[in-house]
Amino acid sequence: MTTAPAVYAARGTIEIRSENLCRHYRMGETLIRAVDGVSLEVPAGEFVALLGSSGSGKSSVLNLIAGLDRPTSGSVIVQDRDLAKLSREELAKYRLHVVGMVFQSFNLIPSMTLAENVELPLRFAEVDRSQRQNLSREALERVGLRARMNHRPSELSGGEQQRAALARALINRPHLLLADEPTGNLDSHTGTEIMEMVREFNRELGMTVVMVTHERALAERYAQRMIFLADGKLIDDRQNNDRPNSPAAVDVRAHGGQS
Amino acid sequence: MKISDLTELALRNLRESVLRNSLTTIGISVGVASLVAMLSLGTGLQQLFSRRLAKSGLFDTVLVSSRRELRGMGREEERKGPTPGESRLLDETARQEMERLPNVSEAFPDIRFVTELRYEDKPHLTMISALPQSARSNDAFDGMQGRFFSSDTEAGVILQKSFAEELLGKTPPLGAAEPNIAELAKPLLGKELTMRYAQRQAASVSQSSANEPASTDNGNSGAAYSVVSREQKLRIVGISDLDPESMRGPMRAKVFLPLRLAESLHVMQPTDLREISRASPGQPVYSSVSVRVKNPAQVQGVEDAIKKMGFTTFSILDASNSLRQVFKVLYAFLGIFGSLALTVASIGIVNTLVMAILERRREIGIMKAIGASDGDVKKLFFAEAGAMGILGGIVGVALGWAIGQVINFGINIYLKSQSVPPEHFWAVPLWLVVFSIIFAFLVSLVSGLYPAARAAKLDPVQALRYE
Repeated sequence: MTTAPAVYAARGTIEIRSENLCRHYRMGETLIRAVDGVSLEVPAGEFVALLGSSGSGKSSVLNLIAGLDRPTSGSVIVQDRDLAKLSREELAKYRLHVVGMVFQSFNLIPSMTLAENVELPLRFAEVDRSQRQNLSREALERVGLRARMNHRPSELSGGEQQRAALARALINRPHLLLADEPTGNLDSHTGTEIMEMVREFNRELGMTVVMVTHERALAERYAQRMIFLADGKLIDDRQNNDRPNSPAAVDVRAHGGQS
Repeated sequence: MKISDLTELALRNLRESVLRNSLTTIGISVGVASLVAMLSLGTGLQQLFSRRLAKSGLFDTVLVSSRRELRGMGREEERKGPTPGESRLLDETARQEMERLPNVSEAFPDIRFVTELRYEDKPHLTMISALPQSARSNDAFDGMQGRFFSSDTEAGVILQKSFAEELLGKTPPLGAAEPNIAELAKPLLGKELTMRYAQRQAASVSQSSANEPASTDNGNSGAAYSVVSREQKLRIVGISDLDPESMRGPMRAKVFLPLRLAESLHVMQPTDLREISRASPGQPVYSSVSVRVKNPAQVQGVEDAIKKMGFTTFSILDASNSLRQVFKVLYAFLGIFGSLALTVASIGIVNTLVMAILERRREIGIMKAIGASDGDVKKLFFAEAGAMGILGGIVGVALGWAIGQVINFGINIYLKSQSVPPEHFWAVPLWLVVFSIIFAFLVSLVSGLYPAARAAKLDPVQALRYE
């Protein structure tokens, strides 16, 4: 058994499509346009960085793609699912099976061990206990934390916690990895370590990655494409062809996408 | 989420803030304990009264009297009944008719008279009644000293405890400890009493008028008789602790004779004078007849049938029906007071869970972000509430039971000091145990409704932003 996604969207098909996506909300008297008419397309298997200063709306876009939030207007369609039209229940299923998320603050549950944290999504998916344990062990193995599976998050370094969070994001074999400033709380060395892992998931497992960051250097080094946001609007969208080991060289499909 | 996972996560969460959740659970326990204590007191008292009533041996007995025998109870149906002149005579024919009614095991005349008993040359005036052999199984004679009558004609008597005290001059002052029955029995059993009574004798043929030739047979003739003073020696065969006639009130006897013996004595009965003009020749007339029913459940039917025959009836059923009503009300009251504490405890659950939501806001956000549905979050909080309810219920039942035992123990120590036999005022039947735990579970689920709904509705984006 592998932790690789069971089904791949064929490379080149559109994984995420947003049209005139808006997320407005009121704060007292003022209307805040967190996301204001963003239209974009992300092909399956692409590694995209969402860049912008704080308040630019990049996290809001990510939350909309993650199905954590609903657009005020416009649409966001992931694998032919119009997220705005899904019920709360369906959205939860979508988050469970299609999306894996990592956050700046890791967001592990402090009262649970790493293994329990990693297998938590499997509980929501009603996977049997024995299978759950196998999968979580495998996922932790993959991020090099097998030995620490019975530790609580507070006993681990930031880098280790983020690796555990990555393992958790992988456990349900999602197509989509959404990362919100994944290295924001890490020193540059561990940050690099995490980014290498994300790139590995992108290349070897064929996951579509959308990463929010304000570090342009990080995006330039790892992302295939950089999308710049300011004041909720898309201001630039460009391919990043001058990064090291450009993905053009690596054809994931040819390697079978196995682990 | 699966039930097993829910339970596991819920218990884990409860352990995480163990103090607060323990306190809440103790709150529920106290609530359940008070409910259990109250209801088991109700059940215990009801069982105590039922036992007492059953011991009276009259659950299966219907007392029948002639309608003209107004007993001064002023019961509605008696007043509505036919006027005394129209009522039927309670004679031997009527008795046999009752005995033939379905579900009746026997109908025996109630022979009851006040007379004088001499013991060691001291006279004692008392009410005497006759018992059939079937009274042997009456619970009132359980644990009696001595024995029941060996035959229906034995020249023996059974004394009620209070009369035995009187004979020995040991009647305790009111409120003082009563003497032990075994001590009473020792000097009395096997001793002889002399009963002086008024015997009814048929008037001799020569004294009767010529047109009533047949009224001479056995002295029971209603037509005319004379009264003769007689004496009868009786041996004390038994002393009973309990009162077999508790339902008769002031009419109850303290000394008992075998039925056939009493009949053969032809003691002058109070009704004799009254019935003298009506009784048919050769037929004894009774002031009342006791009808024993085969099964307590059939008492009502037999009572109705006898009423139709034109007699007045009384059974303990009438008394126990109203008693049951009283207990229903008592039960409701005890239940309400018991539930009050549980209501307070349920507010504690709401409070604890609302606090837990605030504390675990971020955790809820995380769970939602990684795929928990509203339903999962809701169920998790429900499971926590339910687990506290079940735990509190179990501890509470144990606590309530313990409180009951302690109070029962205390009361019995007091009773012992008063020389009253110990009683169980407390009964925790299985249904109460099951009911209490389920009730605690349901109450806690209801308490979990609001917190669970609130947790489920949390916006994950905001919840994740929360530190």
